Amino acid sequence: MSLLMPDSGLLFWMLLAFCVVFFILAKFGFPIITKMVNERKEYIDQSLVTAREANEQLANLKAEGASILAKAHEEQTRILTEAAKTREHIVSEAKEQARIEGNRLLEEAKKQILAEKEDAIRDIRRQVAVLSVDIAEKVLRKNLDDESKQTDMIERLLDEVNLSKN
Amino acid sequence: MNKLRYIVVVFFSLLALNVSVAQEEQGEDVNAGEIVMEHISDSYEWHITKIGGTDIVIPLPVILYSHNSGWHLFSSHHLYPVGKEHEGFKIATEGDYEGKIVETSATGEEVRPIDISITKTVLALLINCLILVLIILGCARWYRNKKPEDPAPKGFVGFMEMFIMMVENDVIKACIGKEYKRYSPYLLTAFFFIFVNNIMGIIPIFPGGANVTGNIAVTFVLALCTFIAVNVFGNKEYWKEILWPEVPTWLKFPVPIMPAIELFGIFTKPFALMIRLFANIMAGHSAILALTSIIFVTVSMGVVVNSLMTGVSFLFIIFMDCMEILVAFIQAYVFTMLSSVFIGLSRQEHAE
Repeated sequence: MSLLMPDSGLLFWMLLAFCVVFFILAKFGFPIITKMVNERKEYIDQSLVTAREANEQLANLKAEGASILAKAHEEQTRILTEAAKTREHIVSEAKEQARIEGNRLLEEAKKQILAEKEDAIRDIRRQVAVLSVDIAEKVLRKNLDDESKQTDMIERLLDEVNLSKN
Repeated sequence: MNKLRYIVVVFFSLLALNVSVAQEEQGEDVNAGEIVMEHISDSYEWHITKIGGTDIVIPLPVILYSHNSGWHLFSSHHLYPVGKEHEGFKIATEGDYEGKIVETSATGEEVRPIDISITKTVLALLINCLILVLIILGCARWYRNKKPEDPAPKGFVGFMEMFIMMVENDVIKACIGKEYKRYSPYLLTAFFFIFVNNIMGIIPIFPGGANVTGNIAVTFVLALCTFIAVNVFGNKEYWKEILWPEVPTWLKFPVPIMPAIELFGIFTKPFALMIRLFANIMAGHSAILALTSIIFVTVSMGVVVNSLMTGVSFLFIIFMDCMEILVAFIQAYVFTMLSSVFIGLSRQEHAE
């Protein structure tokens, strides 16, 4: 039966020891550990959330980058085609201008040639006229002794002049 | 490889225990019952072993208060061999106070003085408390200059952290509910206090081997603490459930059958805690010692029987020791869990 009777001395020491141990551990032991573990758990949870957000942002950034790249490509092709078009346009315009200019020059040259020719013809005519007048004078002086012949002559000449003029 | 090393350590410690018992009982008739009783009950000195003819004993301080002569403080070696008188005190050899220090009064009767001696169990208790405090404060120290974003501890601190959180999350939090934070220091202390004392009790050589948690005074204090935690901090709902439970009226008025049963229950719950822990640990110690005694009991039966029984006993002791390690954990776990359940019941809100 002595086993089942709590011994007073042991009871006293046990009470004392357990209270002291409890006081020490409850103040400086377990709460520090459990608090830190809970804080760490919270931190990990938070970190997971942050990491997920960062991943999402990264994915967004990637998509954004891809879209920017695609846009840039589009712009590039657009600019290139435009440039090609512009070049063609310029070239064709230049060609056109060159053609027009050439035509103009040709026309001018033709005009000039024509003018020169007419000048030349006029000159020749004048000279022919002068010569003809001279010749005519000489011929006339010889032939125009009588009156009738003179008149015939004048008329015929006039006709001729008129004819040649037309 | 590590496991093998542990097994070897256990073997040798068992051998040490066997040898010490063997030497103690040399040349005498072996009384297994006496050996077991001697071990599981308290004593004023710590007998470690006997080498040759000399006992290796740690004498312990005896602290007494006598109503006649006041305070006394002396070493217990003055009182041995049992029966020797010192300053008017001696260890009783028979009667109600057998094995305890008594004082012979003027009328010739043996009276028990107020005895707060540091006995073997008390010393073991203090050593175990010291070990517990050092372990837990050592772990807590690791956290002092740490921030939550620092990496988790490794090694022993990591193991203790896992252990503590296992008890806190799976036992305390699960059984008490949302108010667990208030009780968790007490319950964790109780768990590790019981666990350390149990484990130290299994180690056969000094400073282990004492039967601390297998002592009813120790479990009484633990159960008392749970009793206080349950009843002092119980809420209105808890007391209503006891004094005016929701049962047919004739069960509580005019004869309060249910309240009486419930009131009785208040005391049986911690009482069960006390007896469970005490009986389990005491039985474990007794079983191991009884199995060890087989070796010495069979010495007189001849060499063949003796060596055969030694082998059998050795295997049984190993089995029992492994089981005791399990029991050491299970009993600490059960005590903590039931305490948590009782506290949880005392804090519950009205369910309906």
